[in-house]
Amino acid sequence: MTLAQVQSGQSGVVIQIQGGRGVVRRLNALGIVPGKRITKISSMLMRGPVTVEVDRVRIAIGFGMVGKIMVEVI
Amino acid sequence: MKILLMGNPNVGKSVIFSRLTGVRVTVSNYPGTTISYTRGFMKLGEETAEVIDVPGTYTLEPSSEAEEIALRMLDDGDIVINVVNAINLERNLYLTLQLLERGIPVVVALNLWDDTRHRGIHIDLDKLRELLGVPVTPTVAVTGEGIKELAESIPLATSPGTPVRSRDERWAAVGSIIDRVQRITHRHHRWFERLEDASVKPLTGGIIALGVLAGAFFLIRFIGEGLIGYVLDPLFNYLWAPVVLKLSSLMGGGGFLHDVVVGKVIGGEINFVESFGLLSSGLYVPFAMVLPYIISFYLVLGLLEDTGYLPRLAVLMDTVMHRLGLHGYAIIPTLLGLGCNVPAVLATRILESKRERLIAATLISIAVPCAALQAMIFGLVGQHGGQYVAIVYGTLFVVWVILGVILNHVVRGFSPELLIEIPPYRLPPWRTVLQKLWMRTYGFLAEAVPIILGAVVVINILYFFGVFDAIANFTAPVVSGLLGLPREAVTALVVGFLRKDVALGMLAPLALSAKQLVVGSVVLAMFFPCIATFVVLLRELGVVNMVKAAGIMIAAALITGGMLNLVL
Repeated sequence: MTLAQVQSGQSGVVIQIQGGRGVVRRLNALGIVPGKRITKISSMLMRGPVTVEVDRVRIAIGFGMVGKIMVEVI
Repeated sequence: MKILLMGNPNVGKSVIFSRLTGVRVTVSNYPGTTISYTRGFMKLGEETAEVIDVPGTYTLEPSSEAEEIALRMLDDGDIVINVVNAINLERNLYLTLQLLERGIPVVVALNLWDDTRHRGIHIDLDKLRELLGVPVTPTVAVTGEGIKELAESIPLATSPGTPVRSRDERWAAVGSIIDRVQRITHRHHRWFERLEDASVKPLTGGIIALGVLAGAFFLIRFIGEGLIGYVLDPLFNYLWAPVVLKLSSLMGGGGFLHDVVVGKVIGGEINFVESFGLLSSGLYVPFAMVLPYIISFYLVLGLLEDTGYLPRLAVLMDTVMHRLGLHGYAIIPTLLGLGCNVPAVLATRILESKRERLIAATLISIAVPCAALQAMIFGLVGQHGGQYVAIVYGTLFVVWVILGVILNHVVRGFSPELLIEIPPYRLPPWRTVLQKLWMRTYGFLAEAVPIILGAVVVINILYFFGVFDAIANFTAPVVSGLLGLPREAVTALVVGFLRKDVALGMLAPLALSAKQLVVGSVVLAMFFPCIATFVVLLRELGVVNMVKAAGIMIAAALITGGMLNLVL
């Protein structure tokens, strides 16, 4: 499933980022790479950004990008 | 020799830079504080080395203007001090490996070292040194711990000949280093962290944001009014006024020179707002009307910056800002604009696309009044009642929204999504807060006061030669017909190009009604940027976009002013 479908508070592992090179590059730069454990902290209403924790750092991701991050919930 | 300080955003490069060189720079707790580079010098044995504080970058593949600057700097550096966040070694090491692959000599500063202990992070320093092949020094920049050792390690910088890897290989290499040097033990959540998360959840986040912004507003008002009412007004009225009156009678009580130096004596008194001489309004406006609000605004802004709250506000505002063609992080330049538009326009460099920068810079220079102008609005419009001040702010806010929506539809291209790191909350270090407040206040005094004094002289000369009368006659149809202001008010619009605070002060002697003051304030805020902002806009946007922006400004100011005149 995509990160958008994950419930707040749930954790998962990043499987793949389905996007153009620019999106992949920007997410990778922040440490969101396949195999990484990711925890969803919260999401804003009305397709707002999602806040996640990766390697003890919190990152806010715009809604459009959230749908491109494929996650396997654990 | 050139030493570059490089690392991810918000790891404390600027604090280390200050420690090494003694040069004061702005530091905050959010990614992207440093948007241009700063130079300083440090002693390295017998030699003096140049140290450059480079904007933060996650990788050497840039995705914003600030990151491009960082990459360009790398070409003429001799040594890199790679500042690494010890809390998040994984992501930071990616850049470290990229730097090592470039073959430039590197030393690593493992900053925020004190935070690792209570976060249950254990790092094997010797192993890390061995695997990277370069010196690694743990530091706590804010307290100065480890800075001496870091400086001593600089001559030992080496380039260990790390092979060039592909992106995937590099991430794999980072992973294998982490497996061998880092161990995480369980620990309890700090209550700070609960608060951190509450501020990015829809309901609690909204409540916190309202509380923070309302608190900030009242604190700014409270400190600003307090300084004016209890310190500066008494100082000017009881100590300075008699001196100026004495001087006035010594100079014969009138004449051109008298009016330039002292200003017009009104009813046997010096009126510090209306007299308009160098020693009356020329000092009173910057020191007693504007300075108190500069101090209070930048104190509160500094506190907000250093706690780490601002990126959370960006998350909350993201959906709204997308309607204006921006994303949430644009709220940071916008808030800076409430202090001064110049650093605000520069700060738009943290935005990724040219389109966003054009929209953000245009919106800031039209609808975000700087602290100097706001202080005058509070001082002059506020005399007629708070509701009129509210109308000014309400109008500018509506203009900001409507113009943003229009620009979002008209300007071609699309705006990238929000993607930001949210720093942990920190208690603002008082030294940092006060030092930053001093730097910004000093900046105002050094840059604004000479222009204000110059403007007062120029205004007097132009009056004397009747230049303003000629302009007033020429523009009367617009100023009187459309905006409903007396035709002399055009002088304020002209002077607004120099300084908006002085310009609004020029409306004071015209005996305007509350409604006219509201129209005057709004038009003055929107009409055209002051010269300092104009220069920065020209440099950042280029001539073509600047002309576009200027056209939008004039049109929007006249339409809004005309509508206010009809409606009120």
